[in-house]
Amino acid sequence: MAQAAAHSSKKSHVHIMPLKVYMAVGAALLILTFVTTEIAQFDFGEFNIYIALVIASIKAMLVAFFFMHLWWDNKLMFVTFSIGLITLTVFIALTMVDTMDRGSINPETAGQINPKAEMYNSPDFGKGGHHGDAEGAASHDSTAADSTGAHIDSTAAEMSEGAGEGETATSGAGTQPPGDGSSTH
Amino acid sequence: MHDVADGHPSFLQHHFFEPEQQAEAAKLGTWLFLLTEILLFGGLFCAYAVYRAWYPDMFYEAHLQLNVVLGATNTVVLITSSVTMALAIRAVQMNKSKQAIWLLVATLAFACTFLVIKYFEYSHKFHLGQLPGKYYSFTGLEGNNPHVFFSVYFLMTGLHGFHVLGGMGLITWMIVKVSKGKLSGEYYTPIEMTGLYWHLVDMIWIFLFPLLYLIG
Repeated sequence: MAQAAAHSSKKSHVHIMPLKVYMAVGAALLILTFVTTEIAQFDFGEFNIYIALVIASIKAMLVAFFFMHLWWDNKLMFVTFSIGLITLTVFIALTMVDTMDRGSINPETAGQINPKAEMYNSPDFGKGGHHGDAEGAASHDSTAADSTGAHIDSTAAEMSEGAGEGETATSGAGTQPPGDGSSTH
Repeated sequence: MHDVADGHPSFLQHHFFEPEQQAEAAKLGTWLFLLTEILLFGGLFCAYAVYRAWYPDMFYEAHLQLNVVLGATNTVVLITSSVTMALAIRAVQMNKSKQAIWLLVATLAFACTFLVIKYFEYSHKFHLGQLPGKYYSFTGLEGNNPHVFFSVYFLMTGLHGFHVLGGMGLITWMIVKVSKGKLSGEYYTPIEMTGLYWHLVDMIWIFLFPLLYLIG
């Protein structure tokens, strides 16, 4: 009724949705909150994060399409919103590729910076700034192995051990990086 | 639709041709702002992804320190506030000012509830020393760099908390506007834009809750 009226008059920006639509969407959001909380009690291994993100995305879409009226609004708004999400996906995906797979091409870059490594001996090295990320790429793959270990930073020994086996170790890690398109596996 | 066919409604600014154009321009501007908000939070989501990928076991252990009941309650509170916000806009569209004010006050009350619950969560963590970075002094967690989890936790929920605070300011402003009779079914752009912002704040929490409280 009110819906049909708004659909027909494209020019009008007054779009009043029936009360029951808001109530139904609100109820769906509360039910999904309950579902995601309950489902977290069970262990689906590496799928836990995907299940949680899928449910969260459904909730976000309900909010965007109904509460934020994206479904009825000028498609330009939806495009704007999508550009934000796509940019974010690219941003996270590229970062994850870098941090998880650094060293796949050049093992020298995988772990902590080793000042004695061959590539650092070149006279030109260091002119263009340096790699600030020393501990990241290596420490991620030590976590599966030494979760029971000391609660201090990964030691240098673990790091150099981790360097060079980045690829196998990342697939061994139990939890996947979150984000829709962020998985690099 | 508009009775003022050739007249110039008081809410229409002189650089716009007609009310529809003004409303669409405001909406596009708001969506562009929301886009920057997504990217602002996106940096933190990215940090979360990186650190979680590096320290999956530590993230699991550390997240057990968060109170799922309080987190879930806050999710329900924020979703309910989104419903009352949407209904407040609807009430303004139908020229029901009184109803709109009550719904806005309810939205404000839910936002307050959210922050009060957040305050209790925070003060508990302050008390235990589960703080970001070098301020971390909690000793009950094994594993690599548990302070990193709490840095991410406080940055994400803290930035979100400030957005809730900002939203409360906007909602208060809208209560004033509606009670002064400035908004109606003819012109309700300000409250509609406040709603868009408020729903985005809700949407971000929808992701924060499972990512921080429900890591399986």
